[in-house]
Amino acid sequence: MTAVTASTPSVATPGRIIRVGFSRIRYEFLTFFRQGDAVLFTFLFPLILLTIFSVAFSSSNFFGKDAAGHAVTAATYYLPGMLAAGVLLSGLQNLAVDIAGEKSDGTLKRLAGTPLSVASYFIGKIGRALVVGILQAALLILAAKVAFGVPLPTDPAKWLTFAWVFLLGVTTCAILGIGLSALPRSGKSATAVIVPIVLILQFISGVYLAFTNLPTWLQNVASVFPLKWLAQGMRSVFLPSTLEAAEAGGSWNLTGVAIVLAIWLVVGVILARLTFRWIRKDS
Amino acid sequence: MPEFHHWVVPPSSSARHHGGMTTSSPAVEVRDLRKSYRGVEALTGLDFDIAHGETFALLGPNGAGKSTTIEILEGYRDRSSGTVSVLGVDPQHGGLDWKARLGIVLQSSGEQGAATVREQLTHFAGFYPNPRDVDEVIASVGLEDKASSLIRKLSGGQRRRVDVALGIIGRPELLFLDEPTTGFDPEARRQFWTLIEQLKKEGTTILLTTHYLDEAAQLSDRAGIVADGRLVEIGPIDTIGGAEARIPIVRWTRDGKVHEERTETPGAFVSKLVTHGEPERLEVVRPSLEDIYLELVAAHQPTASSEPIISGKA
Repeated sequence: MTAVTASTPSVATPGRIIRVGFSRIRYEFLTFFRQGDAVLFTFLFPLILLTIFSVAFSSSNFFGKDAAGHAVTAATYYLPGMLAAGVLLSGLQNLAVDIAGEKSDGTLKRLAGTPLSVASYFIGKIGRALVVGILQAALLILAAKVAFGVPLPTDPAKWLTFAWVFLLGVTTCAILGIGLSALPRSGKSATAVIVPIVLILQFISGVYLAFTNLPTWLQNVASVFPLKWLAQGMRSVFLPSTLEAAEAGGSWNLTGVAIVLAIWLVVGVILARLTFRWIRKDS
Repeated sequence: MPEFHHWVVPPSSSARHHGGMTTSSPAVEVRDLRKSYRGVEALTGLDFDIAHGETFALLGPNGAGKSTTIEILEGYRDRSSGTVSVLGVDPQHGGLDWKARLGIVLQSSGEQGAATVREQLTHFAGFYPNPRDVDEVIASVGLEDKASSLIRKLSGGQRRRVDVALGIIGRPELLFLDEPTTGFDPEARRQFWTLIEQLKKEGTTILLTTHYLDEAAQLSDRAGIVADGRLVEIGPIDTIGGAEARIPIVRWTRDGKVHEERTETPGAFVSKLVTHGEPERLEVVRPSLEDIYLELVAAHQPTASSEPIISGKA
């Protein structure tokens, strides 16, 4: 009868790991929207800010002019920044805080006692960040278009750029979030540890403040981190080409965007592999 | 106790547990297990086996080392020395296929519980190669009415039943139950006992820790008592503590004073007693597992056993 045990299918096959990973995405997505606070502070936050900026600066005309000479509105100007911020929140902030919480409330300990592979768990987290991020971006773009009359690009090449910047951005941020989840010592301190990092990054990366208005040394510091490049990539899609000259180096520099995001993706994978544990043994 | 259940037709799934080569070695084998935390010894050399299909209770006061032991067997903690084999595998190197053969009910935790009972069980069932039917498991822990409720909306005892359900959903060969009935009302406890009897019939090996000695007596074939990081007693439930610990006690009151006598022949003793007149509040007590347990633990208190009594010391 030992043959029965031996013939029990292995749970560690790639096909199974991916299949269970997709069931994790579904489960993660379902449970995410049942947590009111997370929905408000990561999902709707960029939309709230876009609304505030658009209304507050509705009569301002210091955002430049497009090729036809029309003034660029605040909503148009802030849309790419809010899209980049959304990617950072749904990816990095949400996952780092969420996983730190799961570590301290016993969720990960329970999962560690099941045949769930770490890879399936990661697929679930990254997949959720992607799905939530897509919904968030769609909502932002829709609100910008319908409520604030932001002109959307008609050139398919622009949307292709948006697609790869978005996908690379969410994946990179999600994996960095998994890596950073090891930083807070408890679930309770997670928000206090992660939010300042995310907030400072947003201020120095051209999300809230025009990047080229920052002192050069601060621009150099910000250029090390992925958000500056993510925001720049988004601006290349949604801002008129007349504003490209105002960028650092006078160019959208999409090659730079791809390179820096890819480097951080690799850093994130290494960080996540080194730091992620189901539980802290002997704690 | 399990002999009484032989008339029950075992479900086909039990085939892999009985007969064949897997039964030649114990399900759990522990030899000279030691664990220290920063120089403090929590376990000082445990030895025990659990046979396939056996239910073994690990008893002992809080902090005695029960949870440390069970968490080493589950692979959550690394031992300092000694050898451990769980289903033929060293838990420190147990992979996913090994975990697929285990069911683990940890001590209660404070998870978000943002899934419904059925969603949670369906999701976890997907981790295992040969899971039980979700609705049958929900019924077996008595949560049919709560199947569509969010876990966070359940009471403590109901959440604990979800923990138990998650522990058995994967059809484990070996089930760890760490204080499983904490927070259960008496009805839920009886229902849980029925469930465990069912799992035993199916051939599941069970390692149980509990503070309810009646539960241990009811469910387990053998028990080990851990005190001060050591196994101070091990054996079938009805022999724990030795024959001496089971000698009946005759207790009565005379002239406002309580008298006690331990005797193998309580009947003869009582008949002699009544020749001096009818004793007040007469009772013959057979020590329960709880009485024996308390005596054993008291005899192995760290301060009582390792230090001579020093007068005047607080």
